Amino acid sequence: MKSLFREVLRRRLGQISLFTLLALYLTALFAGFLATQPVNQQNLDATYHPPTRITWHDGGLAVRAYRLVDRSGPHYEVVPDQYHRVRLFAPGFDYKLLGLVPLKRHLLQAESPEARLYLLGSDSTGRCVFSRLVYGSRVSLTIGLIGITITLFLGLIVGGLSGYFGGKIDFFAMRGVEFLMAVPSLYLLLALRSVLAPRFSSDQMFIVIVIILSLIGWAGAARVLRGMSLSLRRRQFVLAAESMGQSPLRILRLHILPNLASYLLVAATLSIPGYILGEAALSFLGLGIAEPASSWGLMLSQAQNIKIFMLNFWWLLTPGAAIFVTVIAFNLLGDVLRDVVDPRMKTQ
Amino acid sequence: MLAFILRRLLTLIPLLLGVTLLVFLLMSLAPGDFLTPVKMQRDVPTELIAELEREFGLDRPWYVQYGYWLGNVLQLNFGYSWSFKVPVTDLIGSRLFATFLLSLTSLLFAWCIAIPLGVLAAIYKDSIFDRLSSFLAYAALSIPEFFLALLAVWFAAVTGIFPIGGATSIEHEFLSFGGRVLDRLHHLVLPTIVLGIGGIAGLMRIMRANFLDAIRADYVQTARAKGVPEGWVMFKHVLRNAINPLVSAFGFSFSSLLSGALIVEIVMNYPGLGNLIYHSLLREDQFVVLAAIMLSCTMLVLGNLLADICLAWSDPRIRLESHD
Repeated sequence: MKSLFREVLRRRLGQISLFTLLALYLTALFAGFLATQPVNQQNLDATYHPPTRITWHDGGLAVRAYRLVDRSGPHYEVVPDQYHRVRLFAPGFDYKLLGLVPLKRHLLQAESPEARLYLLGSDSTGRCVFSRLVYGSRVSLTIGLIGITITLFLGLIVGGLSGYFGGKIDFFAMRGVEFLMAVPSLYLLLALRSVLAPRFSSDQMFIVIVIILSLIGWAGAARVLRGMSLSLRRRQFVLAAESMGQSPLRILRLHILPNLASYLLVAATLSIPGYILGEAALSFLGLGIAEPASSWGLMLSQAQNIKIFMLNFWWLLTPGAAIFVTVIAFNLLGDVLRDVVDPRMKTQ
Repeated sequence: MLAFILRRLLTLIPLLLGVTLLVFLLMSLAPGDFLTPVKMQRDVPTELIAELEREFGLDRPWYVQYGYWLGNVLQLNFGYSWSFKVPVTDLIGSRLFATFLLSLTSLLFAWCIAIPLGVLAAIYKDSIFDRLSSFLAYAALSIPEFFLALLAVWFAAVTGIFPIGGATSIEHEFLSFGGRVLDRLHHLVLPTIVLGIGGIAGLMRIMRANFLDAIRADYVQTARAKGVPEGWVMFKHVLRNAINPLVSAFGFSFSSLLSGALIVEIVMNYPGLGNLIYHSLLREDQFVVLAAIMLSCTMLVLGNLLADICLAWSDPRIRLESHD
């Protein structure tokens, strides 16, 4: 495991993807510290506010002052020669660091209350896009990890057992898997969601989405794992363990599972993007994470408004860029891991 | 060959039964039904609602309803769409054409770009072109489809070159035949590009890897040694062999395009099958959902079958009977 990590770090693409992911996860962990405003703080006087420029003024960081010129747009203009002081590590709204430690300090805070600090602009109700982006990263970054854990667990149990025992169990399990794979997944997702959603509150929606995505994803993993455990089953060391009288579960755990570990690692990394994209698409369609919680897909669904296209409020599209960066980092890491684990699969 | 096709088509029956049963179960578990909006209206008498419920069998348990529905479907009666007020077959017929057209153009678009790009990237391996194209393919694979669709709508809104949504413009009915065709094509450009880009990236990577494998084969060396011109070697020997896996990918992409178009259709407001299924699911328009899902499952199986047949046709070494 340790050497695997070192191998990944020796490649440039491995370094890039690992550090990107590290930065993203740190962002999610310290979301409260990085956010400049509470997630749901609305300001109806500052809807669709453009990103505020941070400048160096009078020996310190400062933010330009803006004036609402046209309310119908809305259109804002920079007020010349008016600045508001911005401080690093300054006290602001209350939050809990890592969900435990109550704190007040933030990375960036404006000093005076009338200053508007919108690093990435504001949305239709005047909420800070940057703060929502930072908080929303928690959903996108954890959904993949939890989803893939459930998927691989199910896949390992069904695939591993049916490959190991064969016969009737194998036949029925594989017909079931083929059935799941034949159903167009997005429709199944929608149908499952409409059944499950009314039974849960919007806070629990996150869990529901994870479960739906995993229920659909496990079939493919089960099929591959079945094939692998089927071939491992005939190997000498498994036969030896069997003749020594070890129980099937023990053999699966001690002999078969470690041999599948490298495949599992690569498959997990390469399938995480699927979950991130799945959640984003569901939330985008208004079927996933619901307001007032924040998620990247949900934020993008706001960008569907024609007004946003016509008036070029580009900052509302930044969640899309965040999804793109996360997905590409996971894809890169997966490719590097695959090259390290199994050089034969290397793409030329 | 015929026996093979028949056997594959027979697997469709349990699949369709299973899928419809599953969808029926899920939809009956969800609260409300397609009469819920009617019940909300105060001026509709309760007797009428009770009568409608009896007529549609909504007062029976779901498996009895399923039985009724199945009986009707076997007589080719797919029911009536409550929210659109038209028979399901009419509704789906018009939507199917739109989706089919979009799938076809985006497939064509993806293939026409991916194959030459993949071949060029393989021939000029490790050149700047190769690196750039594989980087772009990587990026295209990682970009969420709905985000790309959003960007396309953005582009349409800002530049005004292309329509923002829909499949036809308002004056479509009054145009001449040629005008109608042009109007449709004009509306198809952006959805085609958005749907095609994901396909290009995947196909290009496969094509490049296959081509590189085929270049190293012995028969290529033989061909070169006996003095066959280089272009002819590439075209006749390498390309012919490298393209086989793509032929089977064709069928898969055909079947996945139909369901993959869902999000693009919704974002770009394209009146296709995916859009229809999505809105019917939200409105619990049961019969539309069932018919549309049956159709897309059938497409999936037919697409895979088509892939196998194409493969057998392009590669004489493959015999369909032997592989079950």
